[in-house]
Amino acid sequence: MKPTREVGLVGYGAYVPRFRIPATEIARVWDGIEDNGVPIESKSVPGPDEDVATMSIEAAQNALLRAGIAPTDVGAVWVGTESKPYAVKPTSTIVAEALGIGPFTQAADWEFACKAGSEALQAAFGMVGSGMLSYAMALGMDTAQGRPGDALEYTAGAGGAALIVGLAEESLAVLEASTSYVTDTPDFFRRQHQHYPQHGHRFTGKPAYFHHVLNASQNLLDELGQTPADYEYVVFHQPNVKFPLKATRALGFSRDQVMTGLLSNRIGNTYAGAALIGLTAVLDEAKPGDKVFVCTFGSGAGSDAFSFVMTDMIEERRTRARSTQMYVERNTTIDYATYGRYRKKFVMN
Amino acid sequence: MSMDLPRHWRLKQARYRLEGSHCEDCGHTFFPSRLICPECRSENVVAHQFGGRGRVYSYSTVYNPPAGYDEYVPYTVALVQLDEGPLVTAQLTDVDPEDVEIDMPVEMVTRRLRQYGEDGLIVYGYKFRPAWEAA
Repeated sequence: MKPTREVGLVGYGAYVPRFRIPATEIARVWDGIEDNGVPIESKSVPGPDEDVATMSIEAAQNALLRAGIAPTDVGAVWVGTESKPYAVKPTSTIVAEALGIGPFTQAADWEFACKAGSEALQAAFGMVGSGMLSYAMALGMDTAQGRPGDALEYTAGAGGAALIVGLAEESLAVLEASTSYVTDTPDFFRRQHQHYPQHGHRFTGKPAYFHHVLNASQNLLDELGQTPADYEYVVFHQPNVKFPLKATRALGFSRDQVMTGLLSNRIGNTYAGAALIGLTAVLDEAKPGDKVFVCTFGSGAGSDAFSFVMTDMIEERRTRARSTQMYVERNTTIDYATYGRYRKKFVMN
Repeated sequence: MSMDLPRHWRLKQARYRLEGSHCEDCGHTFFPSRLICPECRSENVVAHQFGGRGRVYSYSTVYNPPAGYDEYVPYTVALVQLDEGPLVTAQLTDVDPEDVEIDMPVEMVTRRLRQYGEDGLIVYGYKFRPAWEAA
């Protein structure tokens, strides 16, 4: 897919809360042994005064700084998340108001499990590409939920990214093309009024993550007539470390291409934020002319794949705001009891 | 429980992005916003967004909080002197109480201030955290 007007990313920003809980601490509490082959090193934990609205505000501030545009020029604020502070009331209006965007703007919260943010990004490319808007902001941000003791608890992290779409001539990375691939696959879901999601264990792998990521990625590569060797960087949705590395090998990419954007070992799976914050880590490093391939995944299930080419503007724009690695490195380790308090895992009445 | 919806709605610009006002006649800036300049009594006053940077002027740590703030205990409330001059009372965040010092450089962030129970309004607003570049 490609819009009629050439479009790209004019700004980007990341956010990760400061708290981390080591996966070995979770294993100590639930398995009695710390070294039980945990899937990641540590995951990020939101503080008691943080949620998707506050985290989105900071990521969006960083994106606006890099874009260098007036907040009132942003024509859409779309927050992709599966951890909305309110079940009914948009998070996006809080974000827009805090940034001084609007009131003449579109605002909505998007939902497609872990690809809610990239679904919003596809729409942002379409709206700017059609000429309806000059700039549109898409965010992927989550404070992911994991049932105490469940396999998901080891990885369900917090964080994400904001991306501002504009015309190609103003962009730090130009979109070459994108694709979307979805099927009805019940690998992971959370029912109304439930605190924690259910998942299909091994069913989340081959028929879910790998089927969609591999098909979307291969389709986009074929459409563009490209091979993995044509890219300097690749970013996949990262529910852990193993899945994106396996997808890397299956498609013919190398470990060197994927490691810059693979953050899940340090911050966990940030769900709707995972692939997009990986992309921001790559944008912090990539040089003009480099090509970047991104493929997201959301349970339920589907993938969005994007191909970007970096422009000369990246060198100066990246210096205007805090890097993704600054947020990753900010690290206050907490124990399970503190984590349980911050994440409201104790039933008080 | 009353959630004071109109009051919180009226204060959103000040709370979300530290919006005060600026006197076009004498040049003073003030927070919170005023309709009449407290310095020169001019009514030629416009909205002004503060930069969000300042220093801790004084502080105290709260262990017995008012209703709605229990989940943040212990937390530090500070008088923050903004770079533009006004003193603002606000919670500090992303810092342990024992690490707070007078004159510590801080920067504004928008965080949850309180909530009216699990089914009520969530109030967002400014807090301050240690300035990163100065850390």
